[in-house]
Amino acid sequence: MGTAVSIHVRAPLPAAGAIEAACAVLHDIDRRFSLYRPDSELGRLARGEIDETALSPDVRWVLAACDDLARTSGGAFDARRHRADGVVDPSGFVKGWAVEEASRCLDDAGARNYLISGGGDILARGESAPGRPWRVGIRHPADPTTVIAVLAVSDGAVATSGLYERGDHIRDPGSAAVPRGLASLTVVGPSLAWADAYATAAFAMGLDGLAWIHGHPGHGAFAVTPDDRATWTPVVEECLVRETPRQVPLSASSHAAGVS
Amino acid sequence: MMFRRLALSISALALAAALLLNFQGPGQASIAVLDTTSVSGSSISSGPTSGSSSGSTSTATPAPATGTASYTGDLVSTRFGDVKVQVTVTDGTITDVQALALPVGGHSGQISNVVAPLLRSEALAAKSASIDVISGATYTSRAYATSLQSALDAAGL
Repeated sequence: MGTAVSIHVRAPLPAAGAIEAACAVLHDIDRRFSLYRPDSELGRLARGEIDETALSPDVRWVLAACDDLARTSGGAFDARRHRADGVVDPSGFVKGWAVEEASRCLDDAGARNYLISGGGDILARGESAPGRPWRVGIRHPADPTTVIAVLAVSDGAVATSGLYERGDHIRDPGSAAVPRGLASLTVVGPSLAWADAYATAAFAMGLDGLAWIHGHPGHGAFAVTPDDRATWTPVVEECLVRETPRQVPLSASSHAAGVS
Repeated sequence: MMFRRLALSISALALAAALLLNFQGPGQASIAVLDTTSVSGSSISSGPTSGSSSGSTSTATPAPATGTASYTGDLVSTRFGDVKVQVTVTDGTITDVQALALPVGGHSGQISNVVAPLLRSEALAAKSASIDVISGATYTSRAYATSLQSALDAAGL
């Protein structure tokens, strides 16, 4: 499996080399974290060639963050136990964290309005146009051509966890069974690294995951059940895009409600 | 340059770059770097496809140095439907990557043609809101990566 990353930048354009720098960061993180590269630090850890004290500071930090998450999620997100073969795999955190690290290259180069999409997880800064936040659609778990909700996001992250295309890879570490409660769960929050991991954890919790996310200030969750119903928390309610009514009586002082 | 003038006349500039990474999962043994720049008014433009697109990747022809061509990857089936990835190459550089997901149920395949939401709340009208990007596991599927790699092979990249 690969993760395709796309970067969309609006004016003001960053200094030359910003996008290349961002890509270089992503490559570097991939080199160090990918379990399918023979020379990655995590690969060498998995093969017992090194122990954790020999890992670079970033990798140690990521593993420590994942350990914290394992505690606060009651094991719903556990980088050390979610693989059946016991290999330490923090990829549920690294995917979002890598995009955040790469985004600093854009920030440092003066970009203020951009959107990075990494494997369907989104980091949005600023706006897509003056006065218009970025619009992130949540796809239907079973139909890739259908968008079931749209979120208006400015300076925030959106991450979605689900079974639909990755297969039954998300395991509830406690039971080793595949969670069946939800078809997908989307988390909105300030940081993509945490939104990504929270989405993975909350998805494994089923509908209880919504309350768990709601308990994290500044975070919201949008869940879809296997029977095509959706439910969401107040933070998501605030950024759901709604169509304004088409039938607005025109008067001398009002504008027709527009849908952008 | 031509692209820059076009961008200024639209008065909104978008740069897009894409690259393929392996954080987990078998399959792709190498990183395919798709560093691209594409200029459009508000989003990655899909662009017209040239006649050279093909689903077969048995002979890899290198992407032409000039002009625009599209290369379509293999159709890969998943239990939720089929995925086919199309890569557009302009002047030897990838300018667009598009997932031509063939939908379950036979409706239009374009993600931008969103249909009315299934949700009972009629306050949500996804069909009328323009969307910049989709959040979901779409791009992490093995099917997508497999089809993408075959499109890259066809383009000789």
